[in-house]
Amino acid sequence: MATQLADPKVQSTNAPESVVVRFAGDSGDGMQLTGGQFTLSTALSGNDLATFPDFPAEIRAPQGTLFGVSAFQINFGSTEIDTAGDAPDVLVAMNPAALKTNVQALKPGGLIIADTGEFSKRNLEKAKYDVSPLEDGSLARWQLLAFDISALTLESVKPFGLGNKEALRCKNMWTLGLALWMFDRDRAPLIDWLKGKFAKNPVLADANIAALNAGHAYGETAELGGQIKKVHLDPVASPPGLYRTVTGADAVALGLVAGAQLADLPMFFGGYPITPASSILHSLVRLKEFGVTTFQAEDEIAAICASIGASYAGQLGVTSSSGPGIALKGEAMGLAVMTELPLVIVNSQRGGPSTGLPTKTEQSDLYQAVYGRNGDAPIPVVAARSPSDAFDCAIEACRIAVQYMTPVILLTDGYIANAAEPWKVPDPATFTPFPVSFLQEKNAGDTLLPYKRDEKGARPWIKAGTPGLMHRIGGIEKAVDTGHLDYSSENHQAQTDARKAKIDGIAKSIPAQEVTLGTAGGKLAVVGWGSTYGPIHQAVRRARAKGQDASHIHVRHIWPLPENLGELLKGYDRVLVPEMNTGQFKTVLRDQYLVDAKPLTKTSGQPFTIAEIEAAIEGALS
Amino acid sequence: MNDMTPIAKVQTTLKDWETDQEVRWCPGCGDYAILKAVQRTLPELGADPSKTVFVSGIGCSSRFPYYVESYGFHTIHGRAPAFATGIKLANPELDVWLVTGDGDGMSIGGNHTMHVLRRNLNCQIMLFNNEIYGLTKGQYSPTSRQGTNSPTTPLGSVDRPASPCAFALGAGARFIARGFDVSKELPSVLKAAYAHRGAAFIEIFQNCIVYNKDRFEEFAAPKGAEDRQLWLKAGEPMLFGKGTKGIALDVEALTLKVVDVADGDWQAAGVIVHDVTNRSIAHMLVEMPFGPFPMALGVLYDDPRPTFEDAVLGQDAKSREGKVADLGKLLAKGQTWTVDDHEGHPA
Repeated sequence: MATQLADPKVQSTNAPESVVVRFAGDSGDGMQLTGGQFTLSTALSGNDLATFPDFPAEIRAPQGTLFGVSAFQINFGSTEIDTAGDAPDVLVAMNPAALKTNVQALKPGGLIIADTGEFSKRNLEKAKYDVSPLEDGSLARWQLLAFDISALTLESVKPFGLGNKEALRCKNMWTLGLALWMFDRDRAPLIDWLKGKFAKNPVLADANIAALNAGHAYGETAELGGQIKKVHLDPVASPPGLYRTVTGADAVALGLVAGAQLADLPMFFGGYPITPASSILHSLVRLKEFGVTTFQAEDEIAAICASIGASYAGQLGVTSSSGPGIALKGEAMGLAVMTELPLVIVNSQRGGPSTGLPTKTEQSDLYQAVYGRNGDAPIPVVAARSPSDAFDCAIEACRIAVQYMTPVILLTDGYIANAAEPWKVPDPATFTPFPVSFLQEKNAGDTLLPYKRDEKGARPWIKAGTPGLMHRIGGIEKAVDTGHLDYSSENHQAQTDARKAKIDGIAKSIPAQEVTLGTAGGKLAVVGWGSTYGPIHQAVRRARAKGQDASHIHVRHIWPLPENLGELLKGYDRVLVPEMNTGQFKTVLRDQYLVDAKPLTKTSGQPFTIAEIEAAIEGALS
Repeated sequence: MNDMTPIAKVQTTLKDWETDQEVRWCPGCGDYAILKAVQRTLPELGADPSKTVFVSGIGCSSRFPYYVESYGFHTIHGRAPAFATGIKLANPELDVWLVTGDGDGMSIGGNHTMHVLRRNLNCQIMLFNNEIYGLTKGQYSPTSRQGTNSPTTPLGSVDRPASPCAFALGAGARFIARGFDVSKELPSVLKAAYAHRGAAFIEIFQNCIVYNKDRFEEFAAPKGAEDRQLWLKAGEPMLFGKGTKGIALDVEALTLKVVDVADGDWQAAGVIVHDVTNRSIAHMLVEMPFGPFPMALGVLYDDPRPTFEDAVLGQDAKSREGKVADLGKLLAKGQTWTVDDHEGHPA
């Protein structure tokens, strides 16, 4: 969540503060696209929002199957929104499988919109329904609005002469049209977007627009038995300024571009395709004019090695992957530690171990980031808490890398990478530059000392090709100052200590840890990192509203930790650490501060709900 | 080498290319001879130490950069081609030399060797082939001959060896050459590699004095060398044995054959003139078995194609044309909306 509540206005009467809608359908039904466009229209109408795309690892899983269901959830409202919402108010189910896999999440009394055209005997069988749930009363807990969206779509696009299959593809636009009507949204931006998307095929553009309009008109005119009403949510009260929506993957790409500019360096990005990290490479290949060179390498190892090579030649090397790829890069990270070259490594975490859950989110690579290399190889770690925060964190990772001559790991996750939220567009004039200066001449009289450290413990950056500064670097232990091979015991002790001191010293350059919500000291600190920000924040807010003494602390700098964090945590009776792993950050905190941090863990591939954390707070305080 | 912007030739001597570091190879190792050949060749090329980078992986051969007074990067096992790719894309003006071995380049780093050749990165790749893992104390390598006794194959190795030059050609290399450590011809091979724009692959047979001594003596020994070495020269007939023998094409079998040359009349004997751009002949030469044939040495194949860095950086430059790098505009790209301040004035 990027926006901050400034001056809450009075809400329109009888309107809810926020609504959660989940679109669910077959992975070929275009649910992600529908969700994305609904998100855009929501943002343009001024509501705050958070989204959660949830899709299978298979590109086109067999049609109608339970494992082929793709869903997109959006929470939007006239108040601050931090999560994609615990339970939907509205479920749009495009087929029986989508209904079956999603209906249990729906709030009691929530609305189901179902396409009866897809509830054929065959599709019911595929979804393992003996009888149609639309007819057996099993959905009595909810409001049901079932009608033949397929037939209505076919009718609406009839004039365009599309084949049956192509015509049915317009179903998602019909549904979107209905949703736009329900929430009082302007269709114009969507129509513009469709015209652009199908510029080469105006017939398809017209058909999709017709379907969109037909869905909208259906809401306006049809007799819906009073079940759905038009709901208008006022815009959220946000600080004035220019806004856009941004996903975490986009924000990382933009932050890296900004970071390279602030360092006054060209950027070299080496990557290898992997879910959910590929979209960062997809974004950067289109930004060549910002001095970006991209390289799709033959594997994860080559991607990081080429990036280190580019850093050696004077560019800002960046590589990106997800857990399995990061594991492959481990040895090269050690080389970057030993050769003390700047490098940014982005890990968009997903469920593990091994291939794990490629499209689901998890925070289980924290140990890997902090500890996962051979030898004593400390690497600073920065973790983004939301899509827009990933922008600031990417800049911070670039800063640390060039100022301390070190690889830096930036942690995001599948949720942050894919989720979108409104973002107040920052003004580059407000950024603090950190321009790099390369060593241009010998730094000790007639002698070059490639490993002579500055007051921060960083060695000079000597760009390969600089006249007269020839020297050799590599993975073998380096002699103090000269950088020559040196296996001697006193030298290894000295360099191990120096590398550790350098990374520890980064703590001096980062802000003191603040209490995100609540008080410094008290009964309970709920300590989070990464994408658990939203649910923790809302849960603590609700707890405080109930009068409970709980505070939220959200840590961006995972390694080194902010200098005041230990003292801060000791001011609370209890420390609770919710994270989407089996308790990794909890262990780090216990190790560093001897605090009795208690874990709250979840590894289902799904983000925490607010209610889960609220219950844990309740439990911790009782 | 680089000739995108021709580098002014720099006057240096062999001494200028020596570092103050003690060379730590075993006494008698073939690496010494290769190092000297390189240090002797670099001044002749007019190479600039400030613009030269030696990049290596892991193994005995990969210690090479520590002994050359230029930029040097001793990286990790098998990955030198990937580092070289990043270096060259970041600064195409640098002369990049890769130093690798049969274990580093053909085993753990085979993948990267394939891709650096396929992409045609402009660099020289020297693969020191000693058919053994020296630094780890003598285990058999992917180029060891079948039956090699080693600590990990006490009953003899059973797997068939890889052929580095055949691998390189299959991967799409546009320059393939062979030499051996103590050969006087090695500098001329290095010069030809340097003159080639693109990935130049050089297999250098190297004697491991400790774990695989004299493995290449059968063709490398000075005695009888003229009968066992075929030095290939562009535009010249493939003759050996002091001109008494030559290589001809067996048209029926579509293979090479050894023919006798009487009275120097190699044309009559059907001896092939070496066309370095003939890929079909190159395929036969890299596969030509030693024993029935002499060892093919020198430049086997040389047919340049556009380089990877030219293609990448050229495309990048083109995509930048007419575009201004305005970060503020980039951040505000896409559909945006404005939130007014409380009085309703636009922000």
